[in-house]
Amino acid sequence: MVLFWMLAPVMVLAALGLLFVRKAVHAALLLAVVMVCLAIMYAMQDAPFLFAVQVIVYTGAILMLFLFVLMLVGVDASDSVIETIKGQRLAAAVVGLLFGVVLVVGVAQVTITTVTGLDVANKDGNVQGLAQLLFSKYVFAFEATSALLITAAVGAMVLAHRERLTPKRTQADIAAERMRDYVAHGKPLGPLPSPGVFARHNAVDTPALLPDGTPAETSVSRVLTARGTIRSAPDLADDIDELTRGMRADGEVRPGAPGEAAAPAENDDVNPKEK
Amino acid sequence: MDPTPFIGLSAILFTIGCIGVLVRRNAIVIFMCVELMLNASNLALVTFARVHGNLDGQVAAFFVMVVAAAEVVVGLAIIMTIFRTRRSASVDDASLLKY
Amino acid sequence: MTSSSASLFPRLAEEGGHAVPVIHQVPADGVFALLWVIIALPALGAAIILLGGGNRTKGFAHLLGCATVLGSFAISLVSFFALLGRDETDRSVGQFLWTWVDAGSFRADMALLYDPLSALFLLLITGVGSLIHLYSIGYMEHDERRARFFGYLNLFVAAMLMLVLSDNYLGVFLGWEGVGLASYLLIGFWQHKPSAAVAAKKAFVVNRVGDIGMALGTMLVFATFGTVAFAPVSEVAGEAPTATMTALGLLFLLAACGKSAQVPLQSWLLDAMEGPTPVSALIHAATMVTAGVYLVVRSNFIYDYTEVAQTAVVVVGTVTLLWGAIIGCAKDDIKKALAGSTMSQIGYMMLAAGLGPYGYAFAIFHLLTHGFFKANMFLGAGSVMHAMNDDVDMRHYGALQKAVPVTFLTFAMGYLAIIGFPGFSGFWSKDKIIEASFGESTLVGLCALVGAGITAFYMTRVMLMTFFGQKRWEEGVHPHESPKIMTVPLIVLAALSVLGGLLLFGDFVTDWLTPAVGAVAHHELAFAPWVFSLIVTVVVAVGVTIAWLTVGRNEVPRTAPQNVSFVTRAARADLYGDALNEELLMRPGDRFVTGLVGFDDKGVDGVVNGTGTAFAGMSGTFRKLQTGYVRSYALSVLSGAVLVVVALLAVNLT
Repeated sequence: MVLFWMLAPVMVLAALGLLFVRKAVHAALLLAVVMVCLAIMYAMQDAPFLFAVQVIVYTGAILMLFLFVLMLVGVDASDSVIETIKGQRLAAAVVGLLFGVVLVVGVAQVTITTVTGLDVANKDGNVQGLAQLLFSKYVFAFEATSALLITAAVGAMVLAHRERLTPKRTQADIAAERMRDYVAHGKPLGPLPSPGVFARHNAVDTPALLPDGTPAETSVSRVLTARGTIRSAPDLADDIDELTRGMRADGEVRPGAPGEAAAPAENDDVNPKEK
Repeated sequence: MDPTPFIGLSAILFTIGCIGVLVRRNAIVIFMCVELMLNASNLALVTFARVHGNLDGQVAAFFVMVVAAAEVVVGLAIIMTIFRTRRSASVDDASLLKY
Repeated sequence: MTSSSASLFPRLAEEGGHAVPVIHQVPADGVFALLWVIIALPALGAAIILLGGGNRTKGFAHLLGCATVLGSFAISLVSFFALLGRDETDRSVGQFLWTWVDAGSFRADMALLYDPLSALFLLLITGVGSLIHLYSIGYMEHDERRARFFGYLNLFVAAMLMLVLSDNYLGVFLGWEGVGLASYLLIGFWQHKPSAAVAAKKAFVVNRVGDIGMALGTMLVFATFGTVAFAPVSEVAGEAPTATMTALGLLFLLAACGKSAQVPLQSWLLDAMEGPTPVSALIHAATMVTAGVYLVVRSNFIYDYTEVAQTAVVVVGTVTLLWGAIIGCAKDDIKKALAGSTMSQIGYMMLAAGLGPYGYAFAIFHLLTHGFFKANMFLGAGSVMHAMNDDVDMRHYGALQKAVPVTFLTFAMGYLAIIGFPGFSGFWSKDKIIEASFGESTLVGLCALVGAGITAFYMTRVMLMTFFGQKRWEEGVHPHESPKIMTVPLIVLAALSVLGGLLLFGDFVTDWLTPAVGAVAHHELAFAPWVFSLIVTVVVAVGVTIAWLTVGRNEVPRTAPQNVSFVTRAARADLYGDALNEELLMRPGDRFVTGLVGFDDKGVDGVVNGTGTAFAGMSGTFRKLQTGYVRSYALSVLSGAVLVVVALLAVNLT
């Protein structure tokens, strides 16, 4: 009984929280609390099978389904606090409380004198007892539930299925579109340059250097650009100067003279546009 | 163990579930409140099973769970379909079937 | 109707001093086995022509129509002589064909009764019918729908034969409705004329009133006697209460009034002249309109037990004979004058039929002679119309005796017969009726006598206006004699008109009909029969003289003069029969229906529409509750749940 009095306030509070939290995710977590507590109460009342099912099916499967759908719908969507239907909240509170009061009064009317307990029924084990009932007395209902579950599964698939409205794009379509984009907007035909080429150190936040020594902005992830963690071009220019002096000192021929290749120069022209 | 507190708790949880259905507008949260009501009734069933000393109550609770599972699957699919077409999960937005 | 009921001697039930015959049939054998063919032949002809369609049967329909009726006539003739050769006691031949209706205690057979009465009718219907069929070949030659006409004529003949051959009231009813249908179809044969269509409708509707009498009478016969066949009814007729017999007699009288155009159901007959002239001759002069007389005579075992109904028949007959005669005096339309005459003559027959066994035979006798001379005159009128480009107004005739000599001579035979010129058929038959009616009551006798005078007047008027005097022809009319196919029947009928009186030779008709209608009980008369004949002849001569003085001597105006006496105006308006019907029946019915329509529009529709409007308004208000918000609905569901729980709690607490 002690356990009950410990769990009951938690459950009521969590359930009330369901009414007041604004984010659906929080509501789902609060519901999980209630359900786990319920599972414990089932265990307290000699229902170990239901305890297991409650934990596995409800908290495990159904709540995960809820969270999954929440994720699809949008996790960070929160309800507005403005009520659209006039008087709905007040009326709901009044009727709901009236209902609760009537229920409690009704329960209070009944005095349960003897509690038989499940010791006899669970003599061969709770699961075995349930199985005895399910496969004898309730076998038709049980079979019906199987049909129900299949129907539900098919129904969910039908509902969630989205008809393809446009024909699937083939590889040839994609290639043709790329070519069109190249002709019309000058978008590069191939993949974007990978970062860190000719870089002093092999890092994704360092733009690749073009043959003329200028940095290729498109070689760095847009996310890093937005965060501002990219290394600036002037810094790199200093490094390059340092490098070229060192190379000259070694008496080696610098690879790639400016103006030697036309295509990279073209790339250079494009980049500022994209910015 | 006195069963009355269990029944009382079940009634309170059920009432909270009812009010939740009435006041919340997010379809998913309303669904959760419905689940809460189902669970409250399950608690009552399990308690009564113990009072009467047979397992029929537990079997009933088991069936409720099965039906709830099926219901959740279909219900969430419906919510997703509505969300896809209306870009909203609020039940008040789907109020075209009226005078 | 079966051999078990056959008996060698007719049992005559003694009732009130005269004998009411009981019908005992012997089974049909020999030539009588062909009885059913008499009906079947024209029925087959009608089926072939009408179901085959006008275009397919156009080439042979008229021949087929004549052949079937002639065939029936041949069988009728052979049967007649076969019957003549039999003992007087077994002259009622019954032929059972099949069980028509068998429902619970109700049983009606399709069975035929061939007795002296039906034998005479068969000869009249098929004989005159054949002649008129032949005549129609010529008369309808230029009509596109001649095939259909012959189909209808055959249908009529079949129905009429059914009427007179059936051995029970239900079969009579079948024929009764059949001739009504044929009459409707033939009156409205030229349905493109609105007047013809309206006349057909009128005839149908007025006949319906009479048919109610026929239907109710048949039902009452079944309710009283448990059967509708003549033979068993005639056996037990004497045991039924007089009130029932009176009711039956009056119901059948109503039926007879409708079919035979007797007052008060007389109004349709004059309009029925819209039909082609052979139709007027066959249906509305010779045969169908006499069906009422047949019904009364056939039901003699009913009328003999009820004086009230007999008196009613006499009254109806007397009123009609004067009514028709007066109308006949004023009509300028030759067919309508003849139609008035027909009404009047049938009035004579009804009068005779109402006199009881003594009159039955004379009614039938007059019916036969009338059939001859009236058919003759109608066909003659048709021939005249044929000559005059279908003009029916006698004021446009005159001096036709040279132009159409055969028609004139035959018409003259008919004329002499109808006015009762001594020696001609009408003389014998009408004379007997007047004589018999004096035996019944002096007043009735006087009326009949006056009627004879008026008959002489209007028939002489018709004669003079048509065949004598000055030419008053329309321009461009060149009268010519009709073809042989039309004149031959006229000659035959004229001969019959002259010689029809021979049937009375040696009291043949009365003796012949005795098995069917009962023995003749002779009346004690104030004068000897020859004195009566003399008086009647004098009255007729007076009528002819007055006609000569008023019509023959003077110039006949081409348009009817308007400043005439009240009597003439009334007679021109059919003695206000139509106006009376309109005032007494149509107007109140009209007002009643208008009231009902108003009640329906305002009352019934008001309630219905008001209810609809109320609900529409309520719906308009209540639909506001449908907000579309699912949470509002959930709230009401929860409120309901609260109520349920409270109710449970309240039940538990008390």
